Amino acid sequence: MLGVITGFIDELREAGVPVSMVEAIDAMRAVEAINVGDRVALRETLRATMVKNLRHERAFDTAFEVYFSTIPVPSDVSPLPEQGKDLPRSESEDRPQSQPFDLDALLERLFQALADMDGAALRQGAQTAVDQLAGMEPGRPVGGTYYLYRTLRRLDLAGLEERLLQALIGDSEMSEFDQRLLREEVQSRIEELREEIQEEIRRRLVADRGRDAVARTLRRPLIEDVDLMHATAGDLKEMDAAIGPLTRKLAARLARRRRKRTGRLDFRRTVRRSLATGGVPADPQFRHPRPHRPEVWLLCDVSGSMATFSRFTLQFTHAMATHFSKLRSFAFVDTVDEVTDFFGPGVDFGSALERVATEAEVVWLDGHSDYGNSLENFVKRYGPQLTPRTTVIITGDARNNYRPPRDQVLAEVTRMARAVVWLNPEPSTYWDTGDSMMSHYARHCSSVHEVRTLRQLEQFVEELTLPTGRSLQNVL
Amino acid sequence: MDFDSPQAVSEALVSVDYLPNDRIAQVVFLAARLDKPILVEGPAGVGKTELAKALSRVTGRELIRLQCYEGLDEAKALYEWNYKKQLLRIQADTDHEWEEIEQDIFSEEFLLTRPLLAAIRSADPVVLLIDEVDRVEVETEALLLEILSDFQVSIPELGTIEASTQPLVVLTSNNTRELSEALKRRCLFLHIDYPDPAREQQILNARVPGLSEHLAAQVANVARSIRNLDLKKAPSVSETIDWARTLLALSIEEVDGAVLGDTLHVLLKYQSDIEKAAKELASTPGD
Repeated sequence: MLGVITGFIDELREAGVPVSMVEAIDAMRAVEAINVGDRVALRETLRATMVKNLRHERAFDTAFEVYFSTIPVPSDVSPLPEQGKDLPRSESEDRPQSQPFDLDALLERLFQALADMDGAALRQGAQTAVDQLAGMEPGRPVGGTYYLYRTLRRLDLAGLEERLLQALIGDSEMSEFDQRLLREEVQSRIEELREEIQEEIRRRLVADRGRDAVARTLRRPLIEDVDLMHATAGDLKEMDAAIGPLTRKLAARLARRRRKRTGRLDFRRTVRRSLATGGVPADPQFRHPRPHRPEVWLLCDVSGSMATFSRFTLQFTHAMATHFSKLRSFAFVDTVDEVTDFFGPGVDFGSALERVATEAEVVWLDGHSDYGNSLENFVKRYGPQLTPRTTVIITGDARNNYRPPRDQVLAEVTRMARAVVWLNPEPSTYWDTGDSMMSHYARHCSSVHEVRTLRQLEQFVEELTLPTGRSLQNVL
Repeated sequence: MDFDSPQAVSEALVSVDYLPNDRIAQVVFLAARLDKPILVEGPAGVGKTELAKALSRVTGRELIRLQCYEGLDEAKALYEWNYKKQLLRIQADTDHEWEEIEQDIFSEEFLLTRPLLAAIRSADPVVLLIDEVDRVEVETEALLLEILSDFQVSIPELGTIEASTQPLVVLTSNNTRELSEALKRRCLFLHIDYPDPAREQQILNARVPGLSEHLAAQVANVARSIRNLDLKKAPSVSETIDWARTLLALSIEEVDGAVLGDTLHVLLKYQSDIEKAAKELASTPGD
């Protein structure tokens, strides 16, 4: 057991979950206190002691399944079904010839298990399905997605779902509303079956190739390390949850009152307080220094090449706008338009995004990025409203399609504003290659940051928050 | 305090109308066994604070609560010297030597205990709830570290005060910011999510007396349905409980689209969310 757990901890660390020495020891101590034969107990124990961030749960669940899939769930005491008694993977190839496989019978069994919510029967059905349909080949270094696809293709889950729904409705007259609720119930049961099958496939992969190898195949980058330029819709959704805390942190940082007693002595209040201490002014009172109220302007490149990243930055903008009143946002492709109103508090992000795409006038000529023209229009239209308290944050790859950079315009912005910060989603090694004009612009910026991943964005915000980031603090 | 098994935790909590899932029971069991604080995280209104209250009821221990907020400091969380009283003491007594007075004014008599110190010094074991710990600044978090790992408080003038009894510590966080690694390392982490319909139905039955099984099931299913939508703020468990109470007060026995449309504002608090949910689920009596 000890060996498996150390292997598991290694795997977590490899996957990027930071498990400290102390936490590993805690986990070991905790495991001693529980019944390790109980899989749910073991999982929750390891999770509580080692995973301290919700974003790491997916990585944990995957690794746990691989390392501890042989420990049964407590309800799972019934013996394996007849079909899967020995190591099933070796049988799967010659079985179809020796004994004709009845797909309809299997479907019927699954249907019954789903209708009765019988977990054990469902698991048996899933085992048979994997036996018969996945066609697993020993030794192939795959993660199991392919086998899952092969199994599900034959099972026709959509049909099963429809049948189950009809069976549950039965003869009763049901309103559309109730049907919808029922459908969601059915969908969650089907999802259970899917997970059951996936787990079964992983279990066999582990039996075939060993824990470490399978874990390595399944390893995916943590959400904070996903490259924003290539994030999938699912990734973005997950990031959404992480953005909230981040923007709140930034907003809190920007709006923070200085708690040092830098204000002047408040003589009146000090004397009044001294009455409580017999006229000795033991508790001097100070006037509160006027809090610094910064303004932030966000300038986002929303051109095609930046599609994923700009969706992310707009998401960020949107989250900022909900608890930050002095924020203005602008979008540009080859010209610039203000989009602040689209992201007011209480606005749904999806519809705001749609409005940026349809209503904002960000394309002037051909829809290819033109930073020079955008900046020039920006200064022409909004420049007079820039004040020495305004911080301008520009997000973009600085790829100008070989048009003139007109970076002196940016110098003008820098002169008028408090600071200009540039966040570039490209790796810094790519800057100034091809049509990237980064160094032309960087020269006029107060600071330039590579922000390719959520982690880097966090670092950027972190630097603003930490006392060591003095130079940056002055920026905002 | 000790429980025999996670099942025992579960039964004890159910007896005070708190319905835990496997994860909650397991983590509470471990916390009691290993004497470690629990850091509870999750969306608003899923019963994080309620867990601490339930634990206090189960164990019969007093609940000491420290509500965190921005600007919370040592003087309000740990202890403070009652300097006014100290000052009076000095003024009232001019006969004694200074050393003597100094000894005297830095004694426990002049110490104002705040929640954390109170929890440590209590003669009977307590449940210490540190609520919304994510609201304090990163620097202030450090105040908690000594208590969480060693259950002791160091006061320069008095020395270290160790806990005479082991408090059960529960910290809650709404995850508005990332907590420091040092804090997380010292705690068991427990994420509580919205309950699944079966558990939510049980919660409703426990919390709303007089609610029929059928209505509770419907309410739980509708709640899941609404949480599946992409909303600004999904309905919390406390809001579904409110909704169930509303339905009961209106003597409604069957939820349909029209009823939902009329009472949606109990579940959802943003106008844009209400509109969205209404479009998806509710129907006006006309159609």
